Amino acid sequence: MLERQKMPLQDPKIRAANFDEVALGFTEKQAVEEAKRCIQCKKPSCMKGCPVEVKIPGFLKDVAEGDFDSAIKEIKTDNALPAVCGRVCPQETQCEQVCVLSKKGASVSIGRLERFVSDYERRKSVQVPEKPDPTGKKIAVVGGGPAGLTAAADLAKTGHSVTIFEALHEAGGVLIYGIPEFRLPKEIVRAEVGYVKKLGVTVLLDHVIGKIETVDDLLSEFDAVFLGTGAGLPVFMNIDGENLNGVYSANEFLTRVNLMKSYKFPDYDTPIKKGKHVVVVGGGNVAMDSARCALRLGADEVTIVYRRGEDEMPARAEEIEHAKEEGIIFRLLTNPVRIVGDGKNWVTHVECINMHLCEPDESGRCRPAPTPGTEHKIEADVVVIAIGTSPNPLVPRTTKGLEITKHGTIVAKENGETTKKGVYAGGDAITGSATVISAMGAGKKAARAIDEYVRGR
Amino acid sequence: MPFKILNNYELVPTIYLMNIAAPRIAKKALPGQFVILRIDEKGERIPLTIADFDRRNGSITMIFQAVGKTTMHLASMKAGDELLDFIGPLGNPAHIEKVGTVILVGGGVGVAPVFPQTRAFKEAGNKVISIIGARSANLLLWEDRMRKVSDELFITTDDGTKGHHGFVTDIVKKILESGTIVNRVVAIGPPVMMRAVAGVTRPFNVKTIVSLNSIMVDGTGMCGACRVLVGNETKFACVDGPEFDAHLVDFTLLMNRLAIYQPEEKTSLDKYKCEREGCKC
Repeated sequence: MLERQKMPLQDPKIRAANFDEVALGFTEKQAVEEAKRCIQCKKPSCMKGCPVEVKIPGFLKDVAEGDFDSAIKEIKTDNALPAVCGRVCPQETQCEQVCVLSKKGASVSIGRLERFVSDYERRKSVQVPEKPDPTGKKIAVVGGGPAGLTAAADLAKTGHSVTIFEALHEAGGVLIYGIPEFRLPKEIVRAEVGYVKKLGVTVLLDHVIGKIETVDDLLSEFDAVFLGTGAGLPVFMNIDGENLNGVYSANEFLTRVNLMKSYKFPDYDTPIKKGKHVVVVGGGNVAMDSARCALRLGADEVTIVYRRGEDEMPARAEEIEHAKEEGIIFRLLTNPVRIVGDGKNWVTHVECINMHLCEPDESGRCRPAPTPGTEHKIEADVVVIAIGTSPNPLVPRTTKGLEITKHGTIVAKENGETTKKGVYAGGDAITGSATVISAMGAGKKAARAIDEYVRGR
Repeated sequence: MPFKILNNYELVPTIYLMNIAAPRIAKKALPGQFVILRIDEKGERIPLTIADFDRRNGSITMIFQAVGKTTMHLASMKAGDELLDFIGPLGNPAHIEKVGTVILVGGGVGVAPVFPQTRAFKEAGNKVISIIGARSANLLLWEDRMRKVSDELFITTDDGTKGHHGFVTDIVKKILESGTIVNRVVAIGPPVMMRAVAGVTRPFNVKTIVSLNSIMVDGTGMCGACRVLVGNETKFACVDGPEFDAHLVDFTLLMNRLAIYQPEEKTSLDKYKCEREGCKC
């Protein structure tokens, strides 16, 4: 069996001090070699692992033959954001996990090849499919993140007139405000949003739905509404000291760094506290991103504090590996009990307790429990809480007839249909914080349901 | 889509009035709400309370004090210039209802956001007593506008150059001690002033509302920068406020959190001045 191609990377020592992309991408030769590893299964299981149903063996065959133009065309029939997915999808738990080769050693690097062909196309020139005949139906998409962009792209491709209402000053949602430049360059997000616009989608920025217009206002103007409002409400731990100066939600920390470019302060106006000793609480991608941003901002020491073990960490394997290479310290089976400050409201350290794992809980992961008598302190002048987010409340609070769960998520069927007629929803607003690709999958399903609904009207 | 500045001028030293063409926001704006703006690509997002709105002309009025880099830059802009981003109306509108007698207190630049509320409380059929204060007579804002919508208007200056020599709280206290039945107090101004008003009204058990100007980034509940402690519960000023029960607000925390970026604010301002005036350093 051919050996898996290695992704060229920036050297850990160098990259720890810059915001440039860590993974440099396959060369053409590497891409062809890697794609040749695909054995073109008669009944490919990889596709079942892809929430947006990319025809993986088809595009891999094209790449193996050096026909990158056909490969990207094949991907884009199902996925409007391949340069994003190729970089941020947790392939090891999706397509690559079910790849037959993974049982025999190492799966085909499907994600990296997806990235390769989309980068190839972007460098060359992006092809836009011919516009279908307009259906005369108008659809409003609330939120320009992964779910909204996917739903909008699919709806535009079927001939509907689509408008995205984005609250922030740039479209992309978490791809813009959350995921750092070194993992997903913003230029790439802009290019992907540009592609969605070329499909005919109108993007209105600075439009906070629930405020400037309500969902009911939109329903009087549009045939259907898709809510992709995301999980934009940070969750705190409810421990002492969380309001101390220097304590950030991961959303704030990452928004300052990524959306507002505070790593370029004072050239850019938005400031951020550059800690010497930074503690990040959490074990997901957002925690890894926060820790690695803090390091790049110039911290002497960045520590990830996570209450379970490494096996339970929800972050992508590659992100954990990269964080370790860069020198991030992992304090596993450790949980903060309170955050301590000086007399002037500034954080000085985090008091933690050791944890041990008990029997698995409903999520299937082992439940952590504190070990009495193991309290200890970790010095910190910046603390980032990255333990998850819950759905943004603006739309639910202002929309009558839209049922919400006690966790604040919007109630929706498998196809995205909500309890309000003509209103569909998908992504983190339904599930709570999850992945980019699951939000895209939800956007895709909802687009199908919306298409059916508006055609029947 | 940039937003055009209709006019911008200095009302009193360091305090500016700016009108922005934003018809969709003007259509929905209500007293108590705020906007977030960003001047240009490298700019920060700053919240400013809506001082007035004109639905017919489609404009929003803001009043701001030029104290930091962004507000100084804003002050230097002319009619016809554009803001890159202008987002709103954000936050919950003020709760305007007929309650009887309402005291509205505006301190410094806080007179601006108090004005539309004063007008609304008056229109709702309340007896409206207004108290506006400034450090000195030449810094006093909108006396004429406030007078038009108030049954009674009191003026205070810290240095005694106009009206009562002292603080707005002196007048609030006097009214309450005189036995006048007051059903609500609304106070907007510097946190120290709002805390002092809360302290005066607490023993009289008069419901007191303040508008909190905490640091914000997105203004839509996403980041939590604006968190404040109200009745020992963490709230987000942007989506839960900006108005809260003054008797429950932890003003010390508010003031501490407002000071988070003081060194960076200075760096930013020094750099701006350097670039504008030629570097003397």
